[in-house]
Amino acid sequence: MSDFVLFDEEFQQIKDVIGRLKADAQAKVVFIVDKNGQQIAAQGDLEALDTTSLASLTAGNVAATDGLARLIGEREFPVLFHEGERDNVYISIVGQRVILVVIFDERSSLGLVRLRVRKANADLERIFERIQKKVELEREKRHDGIDSPFAEITDEDIDSLFRE
Amino acid sequence: MTFINYAAREINCKIVYYGPGLCGKTTNLQYIYDRTNPAAKGKLISLATETDRTLFFDFLPLDLGTVRGFKTRFHLYTVPGQVFYDASRKLILKGVDGVVFVADSQEARMDANIESLRNLEKNLKEHGFDLATIPYVLQLNKRDLPTALTAEEMYRQLNYKGEPTFEATAPVGTGVFDTLKAVAKQVLMELRKK
Repeated sequence: MSDFVLFDEEFQQIKDVIGRLKADAQAKVVFIVDKNGQQIAAQGDLEALDTTSLASLTAGNVAATDGLARLIGEREFPVLFHEGERDNVYISIVGQRVILVVIFDERSSLGLVRLRVRKANADLERIFERIQKKVELEREKRHDGIDSPFAEITDEDIDSLFRE
Repeated sequence: MTFINYAAREINCKIVYYGPGLCGKTTNLQYIYDRTNPAAKGKLISLATETDRTLFFDFLPLDLGTVRGFKTRFHLYTVPGQVFYDASRKLILKGVDGVVFVADSQEARMDANIESLRNLEKNLKEHGFDLATIPYVLQLNKRDLPTALTAEEMYRQLNYKGEPTFEATAPVGTGVFDTLKAVAKQVLMELRKK
């Protein structure tokens, strides 16, 4: 299976899209997670949030509902919505690969979030397609003899990680 | 599937602790959590039943430090060991970079170890991975129990491909970090090949 690689240019584009979405949807927080639970980017009031745990639980949640979907003959449930007393979470799948999460409260509404997410989703899908192409290109280049920055990792480098 | 973020200069890897029910997967994570510097770890999340059996997964994010200018972050997961949670177990293996198999040394649990190892092999295959090639470590846990089989006997029955094998007593930490280090090392070495 291929690794997921994120470059500066696309990282900035993703941040721009979700920053815009946060403003347009009047959301508190917007973040993107890959389906394996790694956070890709986040925008908003992140101070009080444990984004690493959020990412992992979101991916677990999506994985579980994907499993449910397949059991009843659906490919996936592209949208999940959790309604709380104060805050709500709107989760949607982008291009079957990454997960877009919007956290919002009474200053916004489900209808507004749904509308804005639809637009952002399309933009994000294009960006992730570009990333995919770029990764494939990089891989071909590497086969032509250009080394990855990790080609030189030594035992010593790794041992040093575990020193007290 | 390693996630390499050039923008944030981070490498993110996923390690899964596998093994039969009550073999000590969660205890491994708990010990790592207790003994890791607070700056290097996130919250330990356990999705467990009321009786503290893992229901979906435990999750512990760890920052190990920097390699070649990249921050290395490991996400450690456990699977629910009980046989009937197979659907959930399969989900956790998605995108895995390295696997630790925690075996229960008690003689009475040997069949459960073997069944779980076969289940691991099968579930990896369904995600397109091969136990023969994926970074993999075997941990023989509960070495302190009087009913434990000899390490040689366990190795004979559970060794898959000459993988690094460690004897452990997870509640007191024996072998826990050696196991983690061995699997992390293999995962990082894999990056060299890519």
